Amino acid sequence: MKKNESYEEFIKGIWRDNPVFVQVLGMCPMLAVTNSAINAIAMGMATFFVLVGSSFLVSSFRSWIPKQVRISCFIIIIATFVTVADYTLLALVPKVHKELGAFIPLIVANCMILGRQEAFSSRYPVRLAVMDAIGMAGGFLLALFSLGAIREILGDGALFGFDLFGENFEPWVIMILPPGGFLTLGVILLFFNWFRFKKDEFLAEVAAAERGGN
Amino acid sequence: MNLGAQMNTDGPGSLRLVMTLAIAGLISGIAIIGIYESTLPTITANKARELREAVFKVLPGVSEMQQLVYRDGQLIPTEERRKDEQAVYGGYDREGDFVGYAIPAAGPGFQDTIGLLYGYTPQRKQVLGMEVLESRETPGLGDKIYKDADFVGSFSQLSIDPNIIAVKKGTKSRPNEIDAITGATISSKAVVRIINEAHVEWSVRLPLPGAEPPLREAENASAGDSP
Repeated sequence: MKKNESYEEFIKGIWRDNPVFVQVLGMCPMLAVTNSAINAIAMGMATFFVLVGSSFLVSSFRSWIPKQVRISCFIIIIATFVTVADYTLLALVPKVHKELGAFIPLIVANCMILGRQEAFSSRYPVRLAVMDAIGMAGGFLLALFSLGAIREILGDGALFGFDLFGENFEPWVIMILPPGGFLTLGVILLFFNWFRFKKDEFLAEVAAAERGGN
Repeated sequence: MNLGAQMNTDGPGSLRLVMTLAIAGLISGIAIIGIYESTLPTITANKARELREAVFKVLPGVSEMQQLVYRDGQLIPTEERRKDEQAVYGGYDREGDFVGYAIPAAGPGFQDTIGLLYGYTPQRKQVLGMEVLESRETPGLGDKIYKDADFVGSFSQLSIDPNIIAVKKGTKSRPNEIDAITGATISSKAVVRIINEAHVEWSVRLPLPGAEPPLREAENASAGDSP
């Protein structure tokens, strides 16, 4: 039962309540840094670190933080983790840091992170909060990666910088420009919504059939 | 006393709120100072190494470099530089003879400022090499100004007398012309313009050919000489 609960919190972020494809949160980094798979992964990892770290702390201290100043406390915690991520990336992988530029400090403003603290971590025990954070951050990472991979493959004919199609491929340049982010995201959202409606329809049909059978 | 007791029943008092935020801020501050202090040496070393590598790349055949600060109308070899002072890097070969200057320059590109370093020899009035240090040019298009080996390579032994001209690909005919990148004309022209502007600015400041500041003896070298 308990195991099930953790699993449920984890899997909902990956698929059912995916922060990007279902909740449509965190659009700023989503559109800005997904022009290549490696940038998307770096951004996803940084966000993962910040979200899991802050969820852990917020949940641990949830009974000590007065609710009048909770938002300020969340922001202080998130901003500290972002600064740590910023300096760590700058020291360890300066090249990636250069590519991501201003978008690392802007993780603070990612509404998905503050949203998880307010909606989940500040109300649930540490174990569930961390599972929820891992699920949500994993879903975010997955979404960033799929967008980044699609855009890099179509726009540059490569994945992780490796040429996929050879000389004759004519890159679809618009895909790595900002409009490409909107186009790709739009198509993926379309697919997700279509899938959800299909599923609902299917469930309704099953229910109707069961009623008819009885 | 009464007032304090009254407020306590309404919820946490102001003091508690202030203390919570103060403690959170304090811990956060300590964490940030900690990470800043622990990564600073690596970050500084990375930057210094990047600059060194860039200088060696734009000045082929160089084995020593020193910073030359433009102060009171002349170039002074010194490590210290005030914020408002500009500097170039002098490159010297194994014998300590002057090879050329590595000149940092920056200017607007297609999306944001392009910062670059170019090697220059006043004797031959040639650009010896160019390396983009920072840019936010469009990936796949404008970023060819540092990813396209042909474009970067064309800045080797390129005459800059009186300036460089970017021409359409394949129409290069004079020694001071280079081929612009197809699909990234604005970024290629921006690189050329940045070098030209820096050249105009620095050509009046650099000493006459042959009067370059000599390589200062490095501390460890002079220590080795003394008995």
